Amino acid sequence: MTPIATPFFFYLLAGIMLVGGILVITRKNPVHSALALIVTLLAQASIYLMLYAPFVAGVQIILYAGGIMVLFLFVIMLVSVDRSMKERQFNSQWVAGIIAATALGGLFIAVFTKGSSLFPDHALPIVENDNTQNIATQLYGQYMFAFEIASLLLLVAIIGAVVMAKKKI
Amino acid sequence: MGSLVRSLVQYIQSYLTSDQTPGAAGNMFWALVYIMLVFVGLSIAVIAMNWLERKILAHMQVRLGPMRVGPHGLLQPIADAIKLLLKEDLIPAEADAVLFWIAPFVVVLAAFTVFVVVPFGPTHAITDMNIGILFMLGVSSLSVLGIVMAGWASNSHYPLMGALRSSAQMVSYEVAMGLAVVSAILMTSLNPSGTGTLSMIGIVQAQLAQGEWFVFKFFPLGLIAFFIFAVAMVAETNRAPFDLAEAESELTAGFHTEYSGFRWSLFFLAEYSAMIAVSSIAVTLWLGGWLRPFPNLLNTPTWNLVFSFLPGLSFLFLAAMCFFNAARMPKHPLFRIQTIGLAGFGVVLALIGLILFVPAVSMRVQDISWFSAKVAAFMYLYIWYRGTFPRYRFDQLMLMGWKVLLPMGLGVLLCTGIVGLRSEIWQQILIPLWHII
Amino acid sequence: MLHITTLHYLILGAALFSLGVVGVLTRRNVVIVLMSIELILNAVNLNLVAFSRLWGDLHGQVFAIFIITDAAAEAAVGLGILIAFFRNKETVNIDEVNLLKW
Repeated sequence: MTPIATPFFFYLLAGIMLVGGILVITRKNPVHSALALIVTLLAQASIYLMLYAPFVAGVQIILYAGGIMVLFLFVIMLVSVDRSMKERQFNSQWVAGIIAATALGGLFIAVFTKGSSLFPDHALPIVENDNTQNIATQLYGQYMFAFEIASLLLLVAIIGAVVMAKKKI
Repeated sequence: MGSLVRSLVQYIQSYLTSDQTPGAAGNMFWALVYIMLVFVGLSIAVIAMNWLERKILAHMQVRLGPMRVGPHGLLQPIADAIKLLLKEDLIPAEADAVLFWIAPFVVVLAAFTVFVVVPFGPTHAITDMNIGILFMLGVSSLSVLGIVMAGWASNSHYPLMGALRSSAQMVSYEVAMGLAVVSAILMTSLNPSGTGTLSMIGIVQAQLAQGEWFVFKFFPLGLIAFFIFAVAMVAETNRAPFDLAEAESELTAGFHTEYSGFRWSLFFLAEYSAMIAVSSIAVTLWLGGWLRPFPNLLNTPTWNLVFSFLPGLSFLFLAAMCFFNAARMPKHPLFRIQTIGLAGFGVVLALIGLILFVPAVSMRVQDISWFSAKVAAFMYLYIWYRGTFPRYRFDQLMLMGWKVLLPMGLGVLLCTGIVGLRSEIWQQILIPLWHII
Repeated sequence: MLHITTLHYLILGAALFSLGVVGVLTRRNVVIVLMSIELILNAVNLNLVAFSRLWGDLHGQVFAIFIITDAAAEAAVGLGILIAFFRNKETVNIDEVNLLKW
C-alpha cells in the first residue's frame, strides 16, 4: 500500500523541523526557543510515523516532548530570564562557528550523496502491526544488558540531579 | 434522480455496516465525518457536564442550584457561554502576548487530539493505532506544556505558582498512571490466542476473549491497578480533591487567573475533555469498554434482546422524569414558558428513545451507549468526589503521588507479572531448580 | 525529488545536526546550548530510524530508544549543574564559567 501523500507530508514536516531548529538557535527569549524545540520534536515524531516506527514516535512524544521539555521549561522559569535577555546573545566567534558547522554539514551531505549507491534503492518492507512486540523481543532478548545499564544510568542521573539541586548536601 | 438517491443511500449504508474503522479502511471522508461527530458529541457532553456538575453538587449540599434560566436551569450553560463570549478580551500588561495567546490552544489541542483513538465500539473509532494507549498517554501529557506556558505568560505571581504546582502534580501522577496502565496491558498478553497489544480496540477484544473485565482479573490485582488509575486520573486532571492549583480560596484560580472570556472557556473545555478522555482510558482498560455485562455467558437471543432495549428505555425514563417535573411546576402564568419548554424537551427525549428501539439503529448504537454509560458513571464519580472530599495540601498531594501510589503501582505490576506467568515459572524455573537441589 | 528515498531523511538529519552545532558554538545562554545538544541527538535518532527502515530490521529503532533515554538522563544532570551554577554566580552566561582561567 503506497501512501500517496508521502512527499507532501515529508516536505511539510521537514520544513517545520528546519524552521523550528533555526528558531531554537536564534531566539532571544529561551522560552520561545523551548517552544520551537517542542514543535521540532513533535514534527520528528510524525516523521518517525512515516518511517514505520510507531513505538519510537510514541516514546518521543511521551519522553522528549512531554518530559524533557517540561523539565527545560521549569528550569528556564526558575533561572531568571530578564537579565539574560538584555545581554549580547551571540558570542564573539559566531562567524567561525557558522563556517565550521556549514563545513561539517556540507561534508555529511557530500558523503551521503556519494555513497548513496551503497544502499538498495527500495526499502525492505517492514510490517507495522507488531512493531511494539518485535521491539520488545529485541529489547529484552538481545539488548537485555544495555537495557539494564540504561536503567542504572537513569538511577545515577536521578541521584545526581537531586544532589546537585540541594542547597545543603 | 431516484438512482442517484439510491446509490447515495447504498454508499452510506456500506459504511454503516463496515467492519473496519475509517483509519484502517483509509477513507478520508468517513474519517472526517467521525471526527465531526466526536467533536459535536464532546461539546454536548461538556455542556451537559457543566449543568450536571452545578445541579448535582447543589443537591449534595442540600440546595437547588440554578433554577431560573431555563426549566430547572437547563439553559444555564448556554447563558454562561454567551456571557463568556461577550466578555472583554484582556491581555495583562507586559505579558508575553504570543505565549498568552497560544497557551489555551495547546491545552485544547492536547485534550481533543486524544479522542482520535478512543474506541466507542469495535469499529467506532476514528482510527485504531497499534500504539493506541501509548499515544493517548503521550498526547495527554502535552497539556502540561500548555499550563506551564499559561502560567508563565501571565506575568503575575499567582498564575506562575499555580502553573508550577499544577504541572508538578500532573507530572508526578503520570508516573503512577503509566504503571497502572502497564499492568493492565500485561493482562492483555494472557490471551488464549495471540500476543498482547497496545491498541485500544485490541485491549477490549482481549477482555472479550478472556471472558472477564480486567478489573476483576487476578482478584485483587486488577482492582488495585484500577484504584491506582482512578486516583491518579483525578489528580492528573486537577480536579477535587487534588485541585489546590486552581482552588478559589487558595490561589485565586491558579494558572488561569489572568484569562477571561473566551480564553477561559477554552481552558474549561479542555479540562472537561481531559476528564472524559482519562475516563475513557479507565473504561477501556479495566471496565470492558463497549462490552455489555456478560457478553459470553448470557449470549442467548432473549438476553440480547433485553440488553438491546436498555438505551431506548433509559431515554424514555429521562423523558418520563421531564414530564413528571413539568407537571410539578408552579401553576403561575409566569411559569408557562418554562413548563412548555420542559414538556417539549421531554417529548424530544421520548422521540430519541423511540428511535433507539428500532432494531437497525439499536444494533449500531448498542456499543456506543454502553461505553457512554460507563464514562457517564465516571463523570458522576468526579462530581461526587468534588462534593465529598476535602482538598489535599500540596505536600500531602506530592507525598501520595510518589510515596504511596508509585510503590503500589510497582507492586501490582510485579505481582501481575508473576501471577500471569505462574505456570511458566512453575514449569521452567522451579521444577528444574527442584531437580538440581 | 518526488520519490522520498533514504537520502532525503539523511540530508534532513545532517541539516538538523549542523543547526545544533551552530547553536552549541555560537550561543551564550547555557539553556539554549543544552537545547541545541538535544537537536543534535534528535538528528542522530533520525538517521538511525531511517536506516532501520531501509534495512527492514529493528536494531536502529532500539538504539534510538536508548538514545532518547540517555538524552533524558543527560538533560536532567545538565540542568542540575546549571541550577547549581546559577545559584553561585547569578548568571546563565556561558562565558562567565571562567574560574579556572589563568
